[in-house]
Amino acid sequence: MGTAELIWNGVAAFLVLCIYSFLYKDNPFYKFAEHLVVGVSAGYFAMILYYNAFLPKLIHPLLAGQWWYIIPGILGLLMWARFSRKYQWLSRPTLGFVIGSGAGVAIPLYLQNYVIRQVHATMLPVGFTSWPLITNLLIIIMVFCSLTYFYFSKQHKGAFGAAATFGIWTLMIGFGAGFGMTVMGRVALLAERVVFLRDYFAELLSALF
Amino acid sequence: MIIFPCSKAPRYRPFLRVVFLLICILLIDPSWSLAQEDLTESWFNPNRVNMLVFLVFFFGVIIYFIRRAKKGKSLFIRRIAGLDAIEEAVGRATEMGRPVLFVPGIEDVNQIQTVAAMIILGNVAKMVAGYDIPLFVPICRPFVVPVAEERVKEGYASAGRPDAYNRDNVRYISDEQFAYAAGVQGIMLRDKPMANLLFGSFFAESLMLAETGFLTGAIQVAGTANIHQLPFFVVACDYTIIGEELFATSAYLSKEPKLLGSLKGSDLAKAVIMGILALGAILVSFGVIEFKNWFFIQ
Repeated sequence: MGTAELIWNGVAAFLVLCIYSFLYKDNPFYKFAEHLVVGVSAGYFAMILYYNAFLPKLIHPLLAGQWWYIIPGILGLLMWARFSRKYQWLSRPTLGFVIGSGAGVAIPLYLQNYVIRQVHATMLPVGFTSWPLITNLLIIIMVFCSLTYFYFSKQHKGAFGAAATFGIWTLMIGFGAGFGMTVMGRVALLAERVVFLRDYFAELLSALF
Repeated sequence: MIIFPCSKAPRYRPFLRVVFLLICILLIDPSWSLAQEDLTESWFNPNRVNMLVFLVFFFGVIIYFIRRAKKGKSLFIRRIAGLDAIEEAVGRATEMGRPVLFVPGIEDVNQIQTVAAMIILGNVAKMVAGYDIPLFVPICRPFVVPVAEERVKEGYASAGRPDAYNRDNVRYISDEQFAYAAGVQGIMLRDKPMANLLFGSFFAESLMLAETGFLTGAIQVAGTANIHQLPFFVVACDYTIIGEELFATSAYLSKEPKLLGSLKGSDLAKAVIMGILALGAILVSFGVIEFKNWFFIQ
């Protein structure tokens, strides 16, 4: 590890320790790292948007004579009206356009991926003659009961309530499995950081002595 | 036409307009019947008729229920238990004289979960204005800021306290996920809100936020439709609004006919889907797979 790498890795190790110091309690080191990451990310994203959106998607097409790009440009400019109390209403068409276009794109996609494909995948053969068929039956019952929990037009009482309760238990079993899996992933991230710190300090000690 | 009788045609004019438009597209553009290799050139993909049928059905029932709601017909929706938890958390913050923190997720305003969070935010602002305690709203996406400002301002105005609205409390933090999480954690630690309300779309930062809120001793109510983040909220929060309950909560709180109608429409759609599932499973069990194949999307 060269001197420059040692210094930059030292900065990284210092910031990692600053963030981990939060585990003890809020302190000036954590505050410093927090403000640094918030400030750097704000500047970083401003530059990303400038070079990846503003220049290639507005300025370059306009300079190339594609005049219709002026429309999103005007919509973007209207957002600056937010700074004026008198004219801040001018930003509403832009917001409406963003929300409307987002919903227009999202609805067919959600319907395709979260409804039709799920319906297709859940139409499984059921029966009592083999374990796979019994498992399929269990899957369908769990899907039914989970959907029942999210049925809002009826009170959860009686048999309907029992089905909804079974549905929420099904969801909780799923959440438990998801929680365990993600915690394992987080532990892996922690292990990676610990290995980084160990290697850095080993390199530092060997460089110093 | 069976569902919408001709004698009541004026009531269903929007639906008929959509059907008319679709028929016009099919008639005007003959390319809908082109061969598979030319599908990218055509307006209509015959392989995705199932999508069209589902879309028309969903929109049909939702428009029907929205019209019913607009006419003032009573549409029953069961009370969501999470609503009581929100009121309890705000009440507790008032008793302690400490602020309320509302985190509307980290996605942009064109995401439906953020829209639902904004509706809930308006109602929370109204509640908070009545109790005269600060409401902090840290924001991750710039486009969400004006919408959140409007919602909070409206909430304060409808509570009769427009003077109590403080624009500085709706704060943009950062677009970067973990920088935003660090900023919100900072607010939790320094301003010590007593109620943390986390509604919207969350990702890996969910556990960081919920765990920090737990450490500060705040009452936490969370709601998201991001399935992979729900376990963390269930573990670290006092009450969790699960999945579609988030949208139901926004509809229940706003009493907006469009939202109520959408919720009722989606309930009917769920019942139909359950029926389709049962029928499909029975048919597949008897070796009839044509019905199931109709739902296959290329």
